[in-house]
Amino acid sequence: MAEIAAVIASTHHPFYYRASTAPPDQAPPFAAEWVRKVEAFRETLTRAEPDVLVMVGSDHFHQLWLDNMPQFLVGHADGYDANWHNEEREFGLPRMRMRGNRDLSWHLLRQGLDAGFDLAFSNELRLDHSITCPIITLRPQNDLPIVPIYTNIFAPPLPQPRRFVELGRHVRRLVESWPSDQRVAIIGTGHLSLELGGPRQFGPHCPDPEFDAKAVEWIAKGDLEGCLAEVTLDSLYAPGNATHGFMDFTLMMGVAGEGVNADYVDTYDLFHQMEAFFTWYPNGGRP
Amino acid sequence: MSRYLVNKFLFTVDRDPELVERYRNDPQGTVAWWEAERANVILNCTPREAGTWLKFDDVERRALAAHDYPKLFELGAHPFLTLTLFTAMFQRDYDDPLGFRLEYAHRLKRFSLPYPDITT
Repeated sequence: MAEIAAVIASTHHPFYYRASTAPPDQAPPFAAEWVRKVEAFRETLTRAEPDVLVMVGSDHFHQLWLDNMPQFLVGHADGYDANWHNEEREFGLPRMRMRGNRDLSWHLLRQGLDAGFDLAFSNELRLDHSITCPIITLRPQNDLPIVPIYTNIFAPPLPQPRRFVELGRHVRRLVESWPSDQRVAIIGTGHLSLELGGPRQFGPHCPDPEFDAKAVEWIAKGDLEGCLAEVTLDSLYAPGNATHGFMDFTLMMGVAGEGVNADYVDTYDLFHQMEAFFTWYPNGGRP
Repeated sequence: MSRYLVNKFLFTVDRDPELVERYRNDPQGTVAWWEAERANVILNCTPREAGTWLKFDDVERRALAAHDYPKLFELGAHPFLTLTLFTAMFQRDYDDPLGFRLEYAHRLKRFSLPYPDITT
């Protein structure tokens, strides 16, 4: 059976690409430390020597739209083009293409459906920065096949946080039951407190430092009980109107397991949001 | 009220560079044209399968035609869609790379929690 090489959860930030590739005299003052932290985080994936990546993210109204909105969707394709015109325009992100792994996609879909998760699928999925940001930060050589999983953290009605955790647990079990000798890293990105398109956006720090401190502790300790006791669909509006992206972290806590400490934790207090980086090695990390 | 249709306007204009410019330069004309020609086109269907009944109410139409993004926030337009399109149209008028986004936040200062409902 497949082995889980690493479980990785982080924030995704579309400004990183431009900040990290700008000439030194044009880079923003926070860029050098940001790059240093991201490169250290990248090493936690590199050393796990993965063969394939399961990537959890959320479409930001690019391909998935309100006329036909899935809650949880698995890509099932040989390849995925990525990044959109408005991401080139606003963030300077490059057009990208990833290879797919249809066999693992099919396994997650078939076994997920049989286990009670009615996953939607797509045979032609153009991915956005929720998937490409972690490729850029964690695997910039973009040499591994992926299986994308999209969650709806964006367009109410949303699934409950507990459902994200359950999906994470399922993904973990399903990957471990994949009849393959490949090493799979499961990577998911979301947000801590975040405001976009509201009065608290783009402040000098994140909109809710207290929430972020608690959230980092929940994630680092795998404290699902503490997290789910406080986090509801209603409560997530308080730290910032885009904080429902935190539910992708709760999904990753489901993957990592209740009460399992992260093996690597780092944060960076960037303007307007806290960057956070977590890695678990369920099987010790190295092959 | 049609929050969905307001969102559909923001979404379909944002993804078309020519429409972004047209909306920046002629908001009233663009909104009128879009409501007449595009509002009922179902995005994954051919034009001959267009719908028949979607339209803005007067408040929505006026807010869009006036580029009034605080009003769009009040009406429950999806904040990400509004921010993305209006940044595309107006960030160019600021030297500071966050200039428009900070102005945007400032103009929304009167709102406090709970924010307007965005469900569609």
